[in-house]
Amino acid sequence: METNVLTKSELIFSVNDLNLWYGETYALKNINMEIEKNKVTAIIGPSGCGKSTFVKTLNLMVNTTPNVKISGEIMFRGENLITKKRDLVDLRKNIGMVFQKGNPFPQSIFDNVAFGPKIHGLRNKQEIEQLVEKSLKDVALWDEVKDRLKDPALGLSGGQQQRLCIARALATKPDVLLMDEPTSALDPISTAKIEDLIIQLKEKYTVVIVTHNMQQAARISDKTAFFLNGEVIEFDHTDNIFSTPNDKRTEDYISGRFG
Amino acid sequence: MNRKIADRIATITFVGLSMIIVAILLYLFAYIIMNGFSKISWDFLTSPSSNILAGSGIRDQLFNSFYILILTLIISVPLGVLGGIYMAQYAKPGKLTNFIRSCIEMLSSLPSIVIGMFGLLVFVNTTGWGYTIFGGALTIAIFNIPVMVRTCEDAIRSVPRELKEASLALGITQWHTVKTVLLPSAFPGILTGVILSAGRIFGEAAALLYTAGLSTPRLDYTNWNPFADNSPLNIFRPAETLAVHIWSINTQGLIPDVTEKAAGASAVLVISVLIFNLLARWIGSMYYKKMTATK
Repeated sequence: METNVLTKSELIFSVNDLNLWYGETYALKNINMEIEKNKVTAIIGPSGCGKSTFVKTLNLMVNTTPNVKISGEIMFRGENLITKKRDLVDLRKNIGMVFQKGNPFPQSIFDNVAFGPKIHGLRNKQEIEQLVEKSLKDVALWDEVKDRLKDPALGLSGGQQQRLCIARALATKPDVLLMDEPTSALDPISTAKIEDLIIQLKEKYTVVIVTHNMQQAARISDKTAFFLNGEVIEFDHTDNIFSTPNDKRTEDYISGRFG
Repeated sequence: MNRKIADRIATITFVGLSMIIVAILLYLFAYIIMNGFSKISWDFLTSPSSNILAGSGIRDQLFNSFYILILTLIISVPLGVLGGIYMAQYAKPGKLTNFIRSCIEMLSSLPSIVIGMFGLLVFVNTTGWGYTIFGGALTIAIFNIPVMVRTCEDAIRSVPRELKEASLALGITQWHTVKTVLLPSAFPGILTGVILSAGRIFGEAAALLYTAGLSTPRLDYTNWNPFADNSPLNIFRPAETLAVHIWSINTQGLIPDVTEKAAGASAVLVISVLIFNLLARWIGSMYYKKMTATK
């Protein structure tokens, strides 16, 4: 593994010797990665390589699975997420997450976006309305839904639902947005919209995205990590990974020889 | 060819079996309603019953049935929902949880007459209340709570995992997630369970024989003081319910028109239960449509 950091930029996560077991299964093996601020980091690899597990570890969502054992270090804002008994509420407010399938709550469009901020204590009605509007504008959904904010969110199309979920995650004002294959259930047009969105989001947020789609990684990410069998095989600037990979296995994967 | 025949036979068997179930149900309904419907009249529903005279009604029994139903639901729904939340969200898989689950299943499958005997010992004798509505409601709650726990657990478990994840990932605590995401989504299932078990409570007789009793004091429906002996709202008075009434006039009734009264009361009972069932389906699907925006 080689990291050519040409420009020194601020780190948001620093992952050192991370190991993770699901019961007897050794799912993540000695992961070392540095995730830079205001960059899009893509995680690619075949199914079952641990890429989803890895992003779920970054906000400790992985702990909701029974029998998980983690060792190592994930430094976030100067604290090790793994050893420190941390306030998960605070952590997950700062690290938003978007899932494979759009999963809006069975409530109105407005309530979906307002859900996080309201529960985290925002009471002022005007502020909530402004925040909802801003979040929906950030994901370019505002114009499509501004006249029907009270309608059930489940009435939206799949792509709209996924953008709504991104807006919902943004409404708690996170620093980082974790995305676990956010476009795998969407049509090409919706996918393109979300990709455009991700490129814009990195101005304000740090994005870590798991993707099955290598073209997607190439299009939107600054750095790419290739995972295989729970290990990071290669982590480098996206251009390098796709043009001149160092490892034979990376080359095989991106040229479609397996996976 | 052989496989095709086997497939045919399987299809015919399953269709046949379900037809038998439908036929039994229809026959039962038709029989009870044809015999009893003509006996139902405003007078029948609003005049008190009598042990010896003809032309009596079921006013008090009908009221008692609804009153016990409501009391039982007030006791068993909150406990059942809390138990269901615990079993679905908090209980860690393991020996203790399995043990609790077995207890719940066993309790819900005990014969109601046995629970009635237990009610007699505890809520009638030990407490010294005698036959009371409250004792009856507590007794029915004993086997209704496990049913509610089970229903709520299933309803909460059937909420998609993604919804729970979405909420937790927003930094929302488990209790808040249960309260604001899981319970509202599980609501149609819980409601259906409540209304269906309401039908069971409404028709329950065995557990009430020895707990709520076979008689009703002379009631004055204008007396709303729940502590007065002749108030219908008094929960410490004996109360014969509709189902118990049907049993008692059939086995020990002295009224000359016993067959007619029993048929009429049965029809009222069956129609009420039918309404509960239809209501459960209707409200459940209404809520579901509203929630998911499906047409």
